[in-house]
Amino acid sequence: MRAGPGPGVHPGDIAFKYEPMHTLSIKALGEGLKTKKFSSRELTQHYLSRIERHDPALNSYITVTAEQALAQADAADARLAAGEAGPLTGIPLAQKDIFCTAGVRTSCASKMLDNFVAPYNATIVDKLHGADGAGMVMLGKCNMDEFAMGSSNETSWYGPVKNPWDTGRVPGGSSGGSVAAVAAGLAPAATATDTGGSIRQPAALTNLTGIKPTYGRVSRYGMIAFASSLDQAGVVARTAEDAAYVLQAMSGFDPRDSTSVERPVDDLVGGLERPIKGLRIGLPKEYFAEGLADGARERVMAAVEQLRSMGAEIVEISLPNSPLSVPTYYVVAPAEASSNLSRYDGVRYGHRAEGIKTLEELYKRSRGEGFGAEVQRRIMVGTYVLSHGYYDAYYLQAQKVRKLIYDDFRRAFESVDLVLGPTATDVAFELGSKTDDPVAMYLNDIYTIAANLAGIPAMSLSCGFVDGLPVGLQLMGNYFDEARLLNVAHQYQLATDWHQQHPRGFE
Amino acid sequence: MSLTIEQLKQVAHLARLEMTPDQADHYTQQLSSILDLVDQLQQAKTDQVEPMAHPLEMSQRLRPDTVTETNQRDVFQSVAPSVEDGLYVVPKVIE
Repeated sequence: MRAGPGPGVHPGDIAFKYEPMHTLSIKALGEGLKTKKFSSRELTQHYLSRIERHDPALNSYITVTAEQALAQADAADARLAAGEAGPLTGIPLAQKDIFCTAGVRTSCASKMLDNFVAPYNATIVDKLHGADGAGMVMLGKCNMDEFAMGSSNETSWYGPVKNPWDTGRVPGGSSGGSVAAVAAGLAPAATATDTGGSIRQPAALTNLTGIKPTYGRVSRYGMIAFASSLDQAGVVARTAEDAAYVLQAMSGFDPRDSTSVERPVDDLVGGLERPIKGLRIGLPKEYFAEGLADGARERVMAAVEQLRSMGAEIVEISLPNSPLSVPTYYVVAPAEASSNLSRYDGVRYGHRAEGIKTLEELYKRSRGEGFGAEVQRRIMVGTYVLSHGYYDAYYLQAQKVRKLIYDDFRRAFESVDLVLGPTATDVAFELGSKTDDPVAMYLNDIYTIAANLAGIPAMSLSCGFVDGLPVGLQLMGNYFDEARLLNVAHQYQLATDWHQQHPRGFE
Repeated sequence: MSLTIEQLKQVAHLARLEMTPDQADHYTQQLSSILDLVDQLQQAKTDQVEPMAHPLEMSQRLRPDTVTETNQRDVFQSVAPSVEDGLYVVPKVIE
């Protein structure tokens, strides 16, 4: 739904044809900038004003970088005037506050890093905003779950983020600020990260399109580590086409990340228009078993019928070990987190407790004060499963089950081109309804975790609504098949208009 | 499996986390329910399975052993809570 004309405006008036800039696609924004319909400064100012007006109701930004944004916009306008602009030059973007931004606070939504001003840029920040990069304008840093640990954006030290579709509900997590900002028209797109579903589940809960590429496709340099064998950066946007433009600019080999893959990036935008006739789509029966809400099931199955009518071939498959993905993840991810987060010691950067007499006390009190409850729980679970006497039973066993989950996908992709299922078990839940029960919270990610364990690309897009709240459809692809995922999502979006719905109150 | 409060305190010590007795009580219950969840892993038959540490079959890249980074000590120490003469300051460790 486009924001309609204001009261007293009649059809035929010039204002009737006016489309607010925040409803335009990235492609249309690029054309508007190149044809001088508006400047990057005007566009940036428009978004900054919207943030000022609407963000108090959402809390989607931790830091708004208005001054730097306008300076970047002016630089982009100069590039545009000189005819040196790329497809993204001058278009605003929000960064999840997990990516290091030189000279700008990078908090990871933790008290531990509340005072941390990054001394360098993450590779993707350079690629998107740097002098030799895509020329996008950074609006600010988005709220998130603390250290990306959470599925509701309620663990942030800066307070919870609200879902624009119903501000009494969560936006999902951990990339809750990124999705709330984009869904409410406070950024055209945003970066996000996904360790167990943190791009896809929030995208599903806010009617957005979010993609987590193959592990190793996007550099992790300068992205604050949670679980290094699972973490991957991606993007949330309103459409697959918008996501393709941004992901194209973020992807690629980076010598500064030892797990970055040396392999050319496919033409993601160019691949969107391929027909999907004859494509084989697998529906894993485990993803439609008990636990999936009826309304969500109906919407996902309607999307399956839509894809079938467009020429896709639908086959039932089995991923027999997928019920073990949540327990596997809650050994592997905390184990890696407990090791990664040992760097926060109150000595080199971050929070340091006061009035300390011994080094041990310095560590313990700085960490006890600086980390929130969910982060402390995961550090302790990780410490426990790695400790002497429990390592084989938990950590080694989890790594073996991870191999079984990986083998399930390898087998599936011998007979299908992609795998389809729901993204989440249900629509967005109410704020505070799961905060006291970590296990209930963890089960939110039951359909998303397997893709991280296997390292395959996966995405979520909207496939309808239940009682006015969005439902997400998940597509999982073979290694490095991002172009195919975006292609199928784009074709589905050409045939449906779910993704064009905007939340009321944020027109 | 359920955790005792003594085990919880030992884990918190290993992880260098200070907490109040109330917090320790609360964490003991919550960690026990998380460990119950992960105990499902014991059902899986994994005798012949190779553990998988990493999603991609790749080996670590090597690079020539030459200096590529410049010294940025001042920049990095600008975010440190306490430094003196280029050194990080901590409470006295050796008497």
